[in-house]
Amino acid sequence: MNFLNILNQLAEVDSNVFDRFDSRRAVFSSLGTVAKRSALAAAPVLITSMFQKAYAGTNAGDPIEVLNYALTLEYLEADFYNKMKASPFFATASSADQAAINQISKHETAHVALLRTVISGVGGASAVGAPVSFKTSTFATLTSFQAQLAIAQQLEDIGVRAYKGRATDLQGLPDVNVPNVGTINALESALRIHSVEARHAAHIRVMRGQTPWINGNGDLDSQPAYTGTTPENNVTQAGYNLTSAGVITPGVTYSAADVQAAFDEILTKAEVLDNSRAGSLVQ
Amino acid sequence: MSHKILSGSQAPEANLDQPLYTPIKRRSFFMYAGATAGATALVLAGCKKDDENSPGIVSLGNGNLSVLNYAYALEQLEAAFYAQVVKTPATDFKSGELAYFTQVAAHEAIHRDFLKAAIINVAKASPIQDLTPNFSSITFTSRASVLATAQAFEDLGVAAYNGAGKLISASDSNGATYLTVAGKIVSVEARHAAYVRDLITPGSFADDNQVDSNGLDKSMTPTAVIAVAQKYINQTLDASSVGK
Repeated sequence: MNFLNILNQLAEVDSNVFDRFDSRRAVFSSLGTVAKRSALAAAPVLITSMFQKAYAGTNAGDPIEVLNYALTLEYLEADFYNKMKASPFFATASSADQAAINQISKHETAHVALLRTVISGVGGASAVGAPVSFKTSTFATLTSFQAQLAIAQQLEDIGVRAYKGRATDLQGLPDVNVPNVGTINALESALRIHSVEARHAAHIRVMRGQTPWINGNGDLDSQPAYTGTTPENNVTQAGYNLTSAGVITPGVTYSAADVQAAFDEILTKAEVLDNSRAGSLVQ
Repeated sequence: MSHKILSGSQAPEANLDQPLYTPIKRRSFFMYAGATAGATALVLAGCKKDDENSPGIVSLGNGNLSVLNYAYALEQLEAAFYAQVVKTPATDFKSGELAYFTQVAAHEAIHRDFLKAAIINVAKASPIQDLTPNFSSITFTSRASVLATAQAFEDLGVAAYNGAGKLISASDSNGATYLTVAGKIVSVEARHAAYVRDLITPGSFADDNQVDSNGLDKSMTPTAVIAVAQKYINQTLDASSVGK
């Protein structure tokens, strides 16, 4: 283990790394002090704690945990669309609707593959979470293409909310070089998946005769996919009720429907994995 | 064609007694000026009231404030565009399209006004000036022209927010709030983009020309985004230090 190399590699992707530690000298002196006292085996633990301290000013959580959480949701979505495509009801859909589901399915499968590669590249093959499937018995209750689409809409809208809810856990992480992918930033990659999920959600909503955005007038808006600590019908942002007359624009009052639709809301991990949402859909 | 990006019903320099329109305090102003490229900030702030309609160079600044101003600039552009779409609807809009664009126009106006209020009241700083759009390349009476522009703006907005997220620093106590708010807005832009794309070419909501083989949407740097947006704005925007 070459500690200097680790620091220098980190400095290549995060030019402020030395500023994050008290000083370069302090790093080495504390390493030296502990190295004298401790067995060499303790060094990785020490370095981990030092890095955690160095990045304490960021909001970064454990990126492997966040990425595996995303992987779980992508597995669920990917398997759901595979089941949809294999269902006898798929043939009842229009060719345009079939093409849309095929396109969405392709993306979810790609998300699974990408996340597996990134997690493996960052944390090793053993860090990659186990596949999950969409619950077969639940899928069997969806006895029409339209019934399946209603679940697809909620899966996509939950997915949008789930990624959004973990963005700050990836904030401040340095870029990393992932074998077979290249240099990536975990937050940027998550956001690039997040907006694709939103495109999917918008299209499925329109397939179902809903608005592409969530404005409180949807047929499923009372479902748990749209509730939560910060529900989709929230009209308060950064502490301001945006439907109050003139609150952000003198002389202008925005409708609740427009304010609700203008912002999508987060779900926490616990909310997403709750049995009322994705939790009960996992095999 | 010259119309201010803020619609006529809104007079941001008036009504300073409104709670969200608290003028920044003298002390905050100098803190802001000192924290950024001081001279430039002072010059811009000094020009703000007199030269709103004059073309000039507008620096978006640096740090988290620059990311907010960058988003605010893009939302000004989108809001102005849809306000004009609603004001002078395309003669060949299909049934229901004007109603939906009226909703999109409201979403973008809310984004614009919210970001301005957040810059003033949360970031305790001075937003960039009201920008003057240049929509001379758009034929608002033509559905095809309006839809093509809408798609360009929405896809650009999505790529802009996707690229800007990592530029928001958590070292600022509001950094997490800014990132979360950006996340709340970008997915709505993606919904708009998907809707408009489907109007132009049904089923193109997440087309292969927009989403790559890894299933990733586009992401662009501020300078690349502004290079595309610049033709629609009279003032020259300098995004070279956004997020730095």
